[in-house]
Amino acid sequence: MQPIEGRVWVFGNDVDTDLIIAARYLNTSDPAELAKHCMEDADPGFAAKVQAGDIIVAGKNFGCGSSREHAPISIKAAGAACVIARDFARIFYRNAFNTGLPILECAGVSGIQSGARLRVDFDKGVITVLDSGETHVTKPIPPFMQELLAAGGLMPYIKRKLAARV
Amino acid sequence: MTRAMTITEKILADHAGLDAVSPGDLVNARVDVALGNDITAPIAIREFRELGAQKVFDRERVILVPDHFTPAKDIKSAIQVKTVREFAMEQELVHWYEGGESGVEHALLPEKGLVVPGDLVIGADSHTCTYGALGAFATGVGSTDLAAAMATGEVWLKVPETIRFVFNGAPGPWVEGKDLVLYTIGKIGVDGALYQAMEFTGPAIDNLSMAGRFTICNMAIEAGGKNGIIAPDAKTLAYVEGRGLRKHTLFSSDPDARYIKTIVFDCSQIEPQVAFPHLPENTRPVSQAGDVPIHQVVIGSCTNGRIEDMRSAARVLKGNKADRRVRLIVIPATPLVWRQAMAEGLFGIFLDAGAVISPPTCGPCLGGHMGILADGERCVATTNRNFVGRMGHAKSEVYLANPAVAAASAVAGKIAHPADVAGK
Repeated sequence: MQPIEGRVWVFGNDVDTDLIIAARYLNTSDPAELAKHCMEDADPGFAAKVQAGDIIVAGKNFGCGSSREHAPISIKAAGAACVIARDFARIFYRNAFNTGLPILECAGVSGIQSGARLRVDFDKGVITVLDSGETHVTKPIPPFMQELLAAGGLMPYIKRKLAARV
Repeated sequence: MTRAMTITEKILADHAGLDAVSPGDLVNARVDVALGNDITAPIAIREFRELGAQKVFDRERVILVPDHFTPAKDIKSAIQVKTVREFAMEQELVHWYEGGESGVEHALLPEKGLVVPGDLVIGADSHTCTYGALGAFATGVGSTDLAAAMATGEVWLKVPETIRFVFNGAPGPWVEGKDLVLYTIGKIGVDGALYQAMEFTGPAIDNLSMAGRFTICNMAIEAGGKNGIIAPDAKTLAYVEGRGLRKHTLFSSDPDARYIKTIVFDCSQIEPQVAFPHLPENTRPVSQAGDVPIHQVVIGSCTNGRIEDMRSAARVLKGNKADRRVRLIVIPATPLVWRQAMAEGLFGIFLDAGAVISPPTCGPCLGGHMGILADGERCVATTNRNFVGRMGHAKSEVYLANPAVAAASAVAGKIAHPADVAGK
């Protein structure tokens, strides 16, 4: 995966799935529709402000609560290129990869402010704050998971692999 | 001689066809039941098609229950249910429950004997962990994982570490399973069991009803747990008897099984609990709740919508009336609970108290319908989450409690101890 650069939006600890996409919008699974309400109860203007390639940075236990896959789908469809958090709730963690949303666990990002610009190198697991040059090292995303993300999620990845076998 | 294992490890090893597993092992496991609902199944069905799959792995083991926004609350919800219904018909699924057959999935499946001890269950609903009360391994997954399991009958899982909880002592009056689990979450936090199995043991668990055990395992996810589990005993067998559609297997932890930690609680010291907004870990004993006026009470959900919960609420509501400023909404979780509550005369008590009796639905728990909050409104609910905006407006508040506390609060018009309303 190519390294990405983007502007940061900071959220706190225990960002739950209702904050990411409130259940009142779960009467659809259309990504474009879900994107409009991404993070609405945490920051009502987020969906309008976030731009393609932006990066969400958060504290511990990001994505706790429901199993709704609508959560990573809405983040991805809203344009965010990646979520970096101290750690993730386990169902969200699986769902993010399964739906093709890159996520990284990194404890060191807690001091980063909204508006900062980051460079994320998924191969090396290096996160650089562009203004200050400060770097944070985390576990890189392994090659097969990068392939899965590049395919757009688990199903397209499996499909691609099955096709390659034929 | 295989190594000593916990009940969770044993069930995972069994379903992976292995003699033994250890925490951290990645296993590919056979799935006994794969479950979806009207919110999560539409995406799973889309992914199932995307995969190019034609048939589900077993039409008796893929179970779809529309329960969240049902009876359909709006056109979009109706379309989602329709998508799931058409798939259920096309695949000739044996277990599809709609309308008067439908109930809150995690109350409905055990009641119908669709989950038995020793099972491995995955469900695209985070409260799938409820079935751990039967001595099964059950965990929530997303729609894509459900789609893969619907096609293959398998799921890959990381074997979790296990935290053992020992509940000693006898809980006092009005203390229910809900209080034990809220107290636990209050102590360890909403990520206190992140990625881990929560095994509930001890005399207070032995003495607890199956309903109380379901409530405890149901909320394992609120501590970040992968699963909650209770070893099956005579009560479990009595519950399963006459319901279980399949042969069960009884697993239990070896005496020398390895736990990442053991946490011991003295239940005689635990009061009824209330979790304040906006996280289930913000618990306080109800006596320390202070003066919190409320506008709504919801008694129901996969956490507390069983007949025992209805009886507990009725015991407090009998001869009492909800405060005129409070909307009291009672939601028996399944058609059977509904029928039982009606037969036992509980509906008369609820109606006399000014309650609305809803058809089975998840409805208000996740802010769907049947009791949505306006800005500034507060609700005491027997549900499982009190996140920002969970039951409606982002500026509304949800307080989690057991059915007796919820009923007492409805009568008092503010958070109240059941003893203050029902006496004793």
